[in-house]
Amino acid sequence: MNLHDLFYYFFNYKFFILTLPDLLKGLVVTIEIAALSLILGFLWGLVLAVIRVMIKRPENPLVVRLINIPIAIYVDVLRAIPPLVTLVVIYYALPFVNITIPRFWAAVLTFVLILSAFAEEIFRATIEAIDFGQIEAARSLGISYIQSMISVVIPQAFRIALPPLTSRLIAITKDVSMASVIGVADLLKKARAAQSLYANPTPLFSAALLFTLLFLPLVRLSMRLEKKLAE
Amino acid sequence: MEAIIYNFFNIEVLLRARYLLWLGLQVTLKLAFLSLLLAILAGLLLAVLRHLNNPVLNVLIIIYVDLFRALPTIVLFMLVYFTWPYFGISLPRYWSAVVALMINGAAYFEEIFRAGIESIDRGQTEAARALGLNFTQTMFSVILPQAVKVVLPPATSNSLELIKTTVLASVIALPELMRQAQQAHGSLASPTPLIAAALIYLVLLWPLVRLTSYLEKTYGK
Repeated sequence: MNLHDLFYYFFNYKFFILTLPDLLKGLVVTIEIAALSLILGFLWGLVLAVIRVMIKRPENPLVVRLINIPIAIYVDVLRAIPPLVTLVVIYYALPFVNITIPRFWAAVLTFVLILSAFAEEIFRATIEAIDFGQIEAARSLGISYIQSMISVVIPQAFRIALPPLTSRLIAITKDVSMASVIGVADLLKKARAAQSLYANPTPLFSAALLFTLLFLPLVRLSMRLEKKLAE
Repeated sequence: MEAIIYNFFNIEVLLRARYLLWLGLQVTLKLAFLSLLLAILAGLLLAVLRHLNNPVLNVLIIIYVDLFRALPTIVLFMLVYFTWPYFGISLPRYWSAVVALMINGAAYFEEIFRAGIESIDRGQTEAARALGLNFTQTMFSVILPQAVKVVLPPATSNSLELIKTTVLASVIALPELMRQAQQAHGSLASPTPLIAAALIYLVLLWPLVRLTSYLEKTYGK
């Protein structure tokens, strides 16, 4: 292969300009799914973690403490099954029992479920790492249990949880490109379609470039966070 | 409830799909084992090279690591399988998957091993060298055995992620477990094979999930 061929196939300016508007449309869809999944998954994970910490208190009756088991199974199952499998099951298997979710929302649901499982584990570990004496101190000052959770424990836990959480958020955002498998018109789907149409891999390279530009700052940021908080 | 059992846990469909699923499972296991092994070795090699502190080498390794931590793995699979042929490198599906998993996995393992190596005080390297050990001996008998404790929890978690990523080989039509399940789902018009595949992954990977949590708890403090 000579240099001319290389440019023809991989950095073909004509195809790059021709397909860029469509790719950018796909990029917007990717970012929409990612943003929705991150916000909802993050909040849902936090709620699950707080519920789990609260019901695990020894003074609760056994029936309440047993609620722990379904949450633990939920978390483990979603951490064990590969994201693509969860996505395909939600989109292709659920319609058989009359639950039909549009592609876009099937993707959002999948990533919300998976992120919430990982976020729950991270939050719970960090909430449990906070000295229980702090809750006792807050309680003895007349603050309610829930209030002491919200204003004393969670802000501290959040800071400890930040580095593992950021790398998990990045991992989930990268997984969002799997949505193309169930036909969501995201960046990767658009790139593959353009590649077939023009029989030229330039769109796929442009997509790879766009993904990298999107994630590289995040990767750098998470590394810096990890270093800073490790000190 | 009946509809759920009939559609998701249909024994008849399962019996007809069992051979395909078994074939797929074998490919998945082989792929996971080989690419995990290669990714760990490549990551270790990169981490050790980085410990040499050669400025040019380090810049190249940093670019490599950042690039492949940023690029979604599914895109990497497609780049290797669909675009390398234009360069004259036509790898079969299986080896495209191995290469993609290795390239991606090595970037993560490099970071994990480097953190492990850096957790050991540099004075130990100097002391070992002063005692007449060469670089390789210092690495293998002084630094790496101590680094294992720091490395074990993230390495286990990353191995789990890599094994989960083998599913993406279905995108380039490698007949691994997920691909076979999708084929069976199409030809038998029942989602039972998909549910079966999900359960197989669950049984296979749940122990690793528990192990990851256990290691993080034990060594995390």
